[in-house]
Amino acid sequence: MAAHLKKRVYEEFTKVVQQQQEEIATKKLRLTKPSKSAALHIDLCKATSPADALQYLLQFARKPVEAESVEGVVRILLEHYYKENDPSVRLKIASLLGLLSKTAGFSPDCIMDDAINILQNEKSHQVLAQLLDTLLAIGTKLPENQAIQMRLVDVACKHLTDTSHGVRNKCLQLLGNLGSLEKSVTKDGEGLAVRDVQKIIGDYFSDQDPRVRTAAIKAMLQLHERGLKLHQTIYNQACKLLSDDYEQVRSAAVQLIWVVSQLYPESIVPIPSSNEEIRLVDDAFGKICHMVSDGSWVVRVQAAKLLGSMEQVSSHFLEQTLDKKLMSDLRRKRTAHERAKELYSSGEFSSGRKWGDDAPKEEIDTGAVNLIESGACGAFVHGLEDEMYEVRIAAVEALCMLAQSSPSFAEKCLDFLVDMFNDEIEEVRLQSIHTMRKISNNITLREDQLDTVLAVLEDSSRDIREALHELLCCTNVSTKEGIHLALVELLKNLTKYPTDRDSIWKCLKFLGSRHPTLVLPLVPELLSTHPFFDTAEPDMDDPAYIAVLVLIFNAAKTCPTMPALFSDHTFRHYAYLRDSLSHLVPALRLPGRKLVSSAVSPSIMPHEDPSHQFLQQSLERVYSLQHLDPQGTQELLELTIRDLQRLGELQSELAGVADFSATYLRCQLLLIKALQEKLWNVAAPLYLKQSDLASAAAKQIMEETYKMEFMYSGVENKQVVIIHHMRLQAKALQLIVTARTTRGVDPLFGMCEKFLQEVDFFQRCFIADLPHLQDSFVDKLLDLMPRLMTSKPVEVVKILQTMLRQSTFLHLPLPEQIHKASATIIEPAGESDNPLRFTSGLVVALDVDATLEHVQDPQNTVKVQVLYPDGQAQMIHPKPADFRNPGPGRHRLITQVYLSHTAWTEPCQVEVRLLLAYNSSSRIPKSPWIEGGEVSPQVETSIEGTIPFSKSVKVYIMPKPARR
Amino acid sequence: MPEIRVTPLGAGQDVGRSCILVSIAGKNVMLDCGMHMGFSDDRRFPDFSYITRNGRLTDFLDCVIISHFHLDHCGALPYFSEMVGYDGPIYMTHPTQAICPILLEDYRKIAVDKKGEANFFTSQMIKDCMKKVVAVHLHQTVQVDDELEIKAYYAGHVLGAAMFQIKVGSESVVYTGDYNMTPDRHLGAAWIDKCRPNLLITESTYATTIRDSKRCRERDFLKKVHEAVERGGKVLIPVFALGRAQELCILLETFWERMNLKAPIYFSTGLTEKANHYYKLFITWTNQKIRKTFVQRNMFEFKHIKAFDRAFADNPGPMVVFATPGMLHAGQSLQIFRKWAGNEKNMVIMPGYCVQGTVGHKILSGQRKLEMEGRQVLEVKMQVEYMSFSAHADAKGIMQLVGQAEPESVLLVHGEAKKMEFLKQKIEQELRVSCYMPANGETVTLPTSPSIPVGVSLGLLKREMAQGLLPDAKKPRLLHGTLIMKDSNFRLVSSEQALKELGLAEHQLRFTCRVHLHDPRKEQETALRVYSHLKSVLKDHCVQHLPDGSVTVESILIQAAAHSEDPGTKVLLVSWTYQDEELGSYLTSLLKKGLPQASS
Repeated sequence: MAAHLKKRVYEEFTKVVQQQQEEIATKKLRLTKPSKSAALHIDLCKATSPADALQYLLQFARKPVEAESVEGVVRILLEHYYKENDPSVRLKIASLLGLLSKTAGFSPDCIMDDAINILQNEKSHQVLAQLLDTLLAIGTKLPENQAIQMRLVDVACKHLTDTSHGVRNKCLQLLGNLGSLEKSVTKDGEGLAVRDVQKIIGDYFSDQDPRVRTAAIKAMLQLHERGLKLHQTIYNQACKLLSDDYEQVRSAAVQLIWVVSQLYPESIVPIPSSNEEIRLVDDAFGKICHMVSDGSWVVRVQAAKLLGSMEQVSSHFLEQTLDKKLMSDLRRKRTAHERAKELYSSGEFSSGRKWGDDAPKEEIDTGAVNLIESGACGAFVHGLEDEMYEVRIAAVEALCMLAQSSPSFAEKCLDFLVDMFNDEIEEVRLQSIHTMRKISNNITLREDQLDTVLAVLEDSSRDIREALHELLCCTNVSTKEGIHLALVELLKNLTKYPTDRDSIWKCLKFLGSRHPTLVLPLVPELLSTHPFFDTAEPDMDDPAYIAVLVLIFNAAKTCPTMPALFSDHTFRHYAYLRDSLSHLVPALRLPGRKLVSSAVSPSIMPHEDPSHQFLQQSLERVYSLQHLDPQGTQELLELTIRDLQRLGELQSELAGVADFSATYLRCQLLLIKALQEKLWNVAAPLYLKQSDLASAAAKQIMEETYKMEFMYSGVENKQVVIIHHMRLQAKALQLIVTARTTRGVDPLFGMCEKFLQEVDFFQRCFIADLPHLQDSFVDKLLDLMPRLMTSKPVEVVKILQTMLRQSTFLHLPLPEQIHKASATIIEPAGESDNPLRFTSGLVVALDVDATLEHVQDPQNTVKVQVLYPDGQAQMIHPKPADFRNPGPGRHRLITQVYLSHTAWTEPCQVEVRLLLAYNSSSRIPKSPWIEGGEVSPQVETSIEGTIPFSKSVKVYIMPKPARR
Repeated sequence: MPEIRVTPLGAGQDVGRSCILVSIAGKNVMLDCGMHMGFSDDRRFPDFSYITRNGRLTDFLDCVIISHFHLDHCGALPYFSEMVGYDGPIYMTHPTQAICPILLEDYRKIAVDKKGEANFFTSQMIKDCMKKVVAVHLHQTVQVDDELEIKAYYAGHVLGAAMFQIKVGSESVVYTGDYNMTPDRHLGAAWIDKCRPNLLITESTYATTIRDSKRCRERDFLKKVHEAVERGGKVLIPVFALGRAQELCILLETFWERMNLKAPIYFSTGLTEKANHYYKLFITWTNQKIRKTFVQRNMFEFKHIKAFDRAFADNPGPMVVFATPGMLHAGQSLQIFRKWAGNEKNMVIMPGYCVQGTVGHKILSGQRKLEMEGRQVLEVKMQVEYMSFSAHADAKGIMQLVGQAEPESVLLVHGEAKKMEFLKQKIEQELRVSCYMPANGETVTLPTSPSIPVGVSLGLLKREMAQGLLPDAKKPRLLHGTLIMKDSNFRLVSSEQALKELGLAEHQLRFTCRVHLHDPRKEQETALRVYSHLKSVLKDHCVQHLPDGSVTVESILIQAAAHSEDPGTKVLLVSWTYQDEELGSYLTSLLKKGLPQASS
C-alpha cells in the first residue's frame, strides 16, 4: 500500500515539474499525507527490537506532519505504545505525542483521554515525566477548555507525590501553566474539587530536591505571568528560600520576591526582632540588595538586574544602596566621594592634599553598627566592584533605571558611575558611559567628575570615545573652567585620533549651544585675540580650529553679545563654514550684515501647524476628487506630489509623512497613466511596443510599494493593507499586460493561478481589514472570486481589466509617526585619487562606516553592496556585532568589506552602497536570493528583495597581478 | 565527649607568626608556620616545643597546611621541618609551592648575609623542606590518611592563597588563612560553599574597618603618584615582593599607558623577576579580566616597569620605585627610604598593614624623627601616605564569608585583640554563632556532637515509605526496625531480617486485657454494641464483626463474655500483639471509658 502510494507521489512529481515550481510543492504535500501514518505503522510493525523502533521513530520525527493526518498518526503511536515494553521507546512516543499535539490546526482534545489513560499505567518515571510534558502541550493548546484544564490539574496533583524529581517537576510545571486562574471555578461536569493551586505549589517550596523547589517557584512565576494574582503569604515563604543551598533556587526566589513586591508594594511587613514595620517593597528591596553579595554570581546578576526595576522603593532605602557606612578602627569615616565633594564646595580643589584628611572622624557606638543586616546598605557599591563583569554590567543598568526615575538618586550615583569609567573591562566602561548619557538631563557634572570623565577620551577604543562624545553632547557643565577643560581634552583627542573629527565637531556643537554663557568669557582666549595686536590668522583647514569655531558659533547663536568679540577673519571663516559645514554651524545674526537666507527658517519653526495643515489639505483634495476626468486627476496628482516633495524637503519633521504619501500618490498616478494607455483600445497583437510603458509602470509600482512597506518605520497594519492592495493592482496590471503581449495560453495559465493564489493570500492575511476596503479593487475581486476560479485565463484577464478600470482610489490613512529609513556612508569618502592597491585574487579590506536612521532591525536587514566595473555585484552581510546603537532610531554600521577581483590594467572605481533587504517571503513566496555574478546588477536587485537606501560611494581600487 | 581543640602558637590576638594547632577527632593538624616581622630573636618563630615536649613532631602531627606564601604564614617552615624535625606531609597550593622557596631564600639572605645571624636555616634546608610539600589543586579533596581529608578554596589575597577545609568524618574545620572578599586588579574574590563546618578559623586583620569602594582607592593612589611625579618627586612604594606589588604594578602600568607618562617605574630586582614569571604562569588563579585577555596579552608582561639598580636611587628626576620589604624594616626599601626621606618633594606610599615595631608603623603613626641603627636620627620630610591596599577582608567581608560558610562557631586569629573584641560581639549578636578569640598558647575546646551514620536497608525504607505519605522534612517520622551494631558499623534493618541474620526464632508477644463493662444484655449484643461504637470512633481503621461474635480492629481481637459471677457485667477480652501496642492500649483505654448509652 505504502509503496504504491509512494510510486504515485513520484509519478505526480515528474509530471508537474514541467509546469511551475510553486505548484509542485503544494501538490506534493497533499499527496504524501495518507502515506504518512501508514508508513509509520508499517515501520513500527517491522521493527524487531526496541532499538529499531526507536530508529524509525527518530526518522519519523524529522519530517513534519499535516494537521489532517495527525490523528491517524497518534492512533498508531498509541497502539504501539501499549505494546511496547522498552521505556526508551515509550518515552520517544510520549514526546512525539507532545510534538504532534502542537501541530497547528489540530485539536488535541481527542488524544487527551488516551494520554491520561496511559499515564495511569505507566511505571517508568522518565516516561511519566514525558507524558506529563505531553499533557502540558495539550493543555496549552486548549486554553479555553476549563474542564480539560481542571482534569489536567487533577492529574498533576495526583502525581505530585511521585518519588522522582522529574515527575514532580513536570507536575509543577503543568500546574503553573494550567492552574485555574479564578479560585472559585464553577463546579461543572465531573464536579472536581476546587483546588487552591497556589497552596499546592507553595507546599513544594520545601521539597527535598532543589530541582523541584526551583520548579515550584518557576510554576508560581508562571501563574503570575498568566495573570493570577499571587497571595501575599508567598512572600514569607519566598524569603526563606533566599537562604537555600542551591543557586538556582535562590535565583528563582529572588524573582519571586520581586514579583510579590511589585504586586503588594504598599502593604506592611514587620521587621523581625523588632516592633517596627516597613513597606513590603522596601523590605523586598533590602532582601534583594542583600543577594547582591551572594556566593553565586548567577544570583548576583539576577538580583542586580531586578533592583533596577523597583521604582516604588522609598528614597532613603534607595540612597542607602550607595552608602557602605565606612568605618576605620571603629570610627566613622567619610568616603572619598564625600571628601571630594567637600573639597569642591569649599573651593580649594586641586590645592594639594592635606595630610590626614581621610582620618576617621567621630567614634562609633559599637552597638549601633550593623554589619550584615543593614539591608540595602552598599548593595550597589558591592555590585559595582564585583568580580564578574556580568554583575557589574547588571548593576550599572540597574543604577541607570533607578536614576532615571529619581533625580536625587541620579545626583548621588554620579560618583559611582564616573568611577566605572575606569573599569578594566571595556563593555562595562561603555555601558556606564551610555548610562550616564541617559540620565544626563538629571545631573550636572562637577569639575572633578568631569576631569575623570574626560580622562577616558584617551581610551584607545573608538566605541568608548564616541560614546563619550555622545555623553558630552548632552552633559551640563557647571563652570567655564569645565568647558575649557572639555575643549582642551577634546582637541587632544582630535590630535591623537584624527578619525574622530566629525564626532568631536558634533559634540562641540552641542556643548556650545548648551552653555553659551560659559563660553562667552572664554572667547578671547579661544580665538587668541589680543586687545592691541592683530594676531596671525589661523589656518582654516585645521580641524582643531574648526572645532573651536564650531563651539563658539553655536554658543553665539543664543548669545548676541558674542560676535562683538570676533575679529575680521572670524567673520570670514564663519561665512565659509556656514556654507561648507552647514549642519554644524547655525545661522547667526551678525552685526552689519543682512540675515542670511536661512534666517527665514527660524520663523517657520514655531509655526508647525500650518504646514501640517497644508499636508492634510492637499491630501484630502486628492482623495475627494476621485471622479474627475482623467486629465484633471493626473494633473492634480502631479501637482500634489510635487508639493509634498517640496514640503518634505522644507520640513524635516514632516518628511516621512510627506514622502510616504507622495510615494503612494505616485503609485496611483502611474496606475492611472498605465490605464490611460491606448493599448487597451487596440487589438492585442498590434500593440506590442506600447505595452512597455504599462509594464514599466507595473514594475515601478511594485518597487514603490516595497519601499513603502519596508523603508518606513512606524507603518501600521492599516497602511500595510493599502500598500498590499496597491501591489495587487500592480500585479493585475502586469498580468493584463502580459496577456496582451504574449501569444499562447500556456504561460498565462500559471500566471493566472499565481495571481489568484495571491488574492487568496491577501484575503487570508487581511481578513480583518476587508470591511475598510469597500468598493475597492479587491472587494470587487473577492466578489467574483468563485467565477474567476473556474474561468479560463483569457476571461480572467478580461474581468480583471474592467475591474481595474472601475476600481476607486483608496484613502491612505496617515500613521502617527512615520520615518523614512536613510543611510549615509561616512567612510569611504570617495574622494581619494589614490587607488587602493592589492594583489589580485587576494582580498583587501575596505573600512565602511555609515550611519543609519530609522532602520528597524538593522542586523538582519542592512546589507552592503559592492558593484565592480565589470558589472559584478556582491552582497555582503555585516555581522550583528558591527552595528551600534548610539541613540533611539539611530544605528551605526562600522564594518569591513572584503574586496577581491582579478587583475585590471587601470585603476577603476567600485561602487559601495547600502541595501535594505526585506523579507516578505514569509507572506509572499519569493525566489531565493540571486547570487552576485550570475545576474547583471540593475534595478533588478531591488525587485529581488532589497532596496538601495544610500547614495553609492565610489572607491578607487587597483588589483595588481600577483608577482611570481 | 568528642571535641575540637584549637591552640594558636602564633597569630592569636596578634598579627604575624601565624601558626595554629588543631586537633579534630584525634587528628592533629598544624595550620601555617609563619615568622614574626617585629622580632629578630627567638620570638620570631612559634614555640614548637609546645607541641611535644619530647618525642618527634612527625609522630604527633598528621599534616601541616600552608595557606599562602607570605612569610608570616610560611617563614618558619624550614626551621620547623629541618631544624626542629618534621617529616610528615606539608600541603600547599601549586603557586604557593612555586613562590614560597623564593621568598624563604630572600628572607634567609637578609637574615644571614646582612644581619650575620648564625644558627639560621640554610638554602639546602629550604630545598629539603620543599621536597616534603604536596601540592593541591583548588576544590580537590586530598586524603591525608584514611579519615583525614583536606580541600582548598580560593581566597584571593595573593596568588595561590587558599582557604582549607579539614574534615574527619562529619566533623570539619575551615581555616581561611588571609583572604579578600573584594576582587582587585589581578585576583578574584574569596569564595566558599555552604560547607557548614563545626568551626571556622578566620583572620580578622580589619575587624573594625569597613572599607570604601576600591575604585576610589585606586583613583586616589594614581592621583597621588601622578601628582608627585609631576612635581618632579620620587615615589617610594614599599611592598612585599609578591602580592600587592603585582596589583599596583598592573594599576600603574595601565595608567602610564593611558596617560602616556614617561617617568620610569622600577621594581627592585632579584626575586621579582622570578616571581613575575610565576604570575605569568598561574593565570588560572587570577581574576576574570586577566584570564580572559591573556591570550592577546599577558597582563604581567610589563612594558613600562623596569628592573631597579641601586645606582638609580640617586638619579635626578622623578621616578617610582617599588621596593621590598613592605614594612620598611630592612632591606632595599629601608635603604631607599633613608636616601629620600630628607626631600619634601618625595613621597612614600605605604600600601599595606605595618606591624608594630617596624619603621613603617612608626612613620605612619606620625613620627617624624626616627632613631636608626647606630644612634643616627633620621628626619622625615618626605610625604607619607597610607593607602589601604592590603588585600584582607574588612569587617563586612568577614561577616559575609561567615554567612556563606554557615559554621557552628567562629574563631578569630590574625588581628589585634581590641578589634577582635568588637567583631566577636558582632558575630555573636548578628549571626548567633559562638565566637572565640584565644591568645597565643591558649586552648579553645569545642565539644562536638558528631553524627553517626546508620545504614538503612532499602526494603525497610520502602516499606515505611509505602505506609505513610511522603516524608515531610519538618516532622520526624517513627520507624520500626532493628539496629544491628557489628564491626563498628551500624545498620537498621527490619526485624525479620535481623532475626534471619542472627539466626533467632521469632517470638510472639501478646498482651491480653480484660475490660469490665456494665451491660445487662447478652454477649452478642454487647459485642455488636462494641462493634458499632468502635466503628464510629475508629474511622480510618478496619473494624470487623466476625461471625463467631468477636470483633477485630486490624489484628486486635475483642471478645465479649458474660461475667461468671455478675450477669450484669460483661467482660471484654482484648488481645493484641506487641507490634500493635499503640493501638491496643488506645483501644483498652477507650473501652474502659465505657460504651455510650444507647438511645433506647
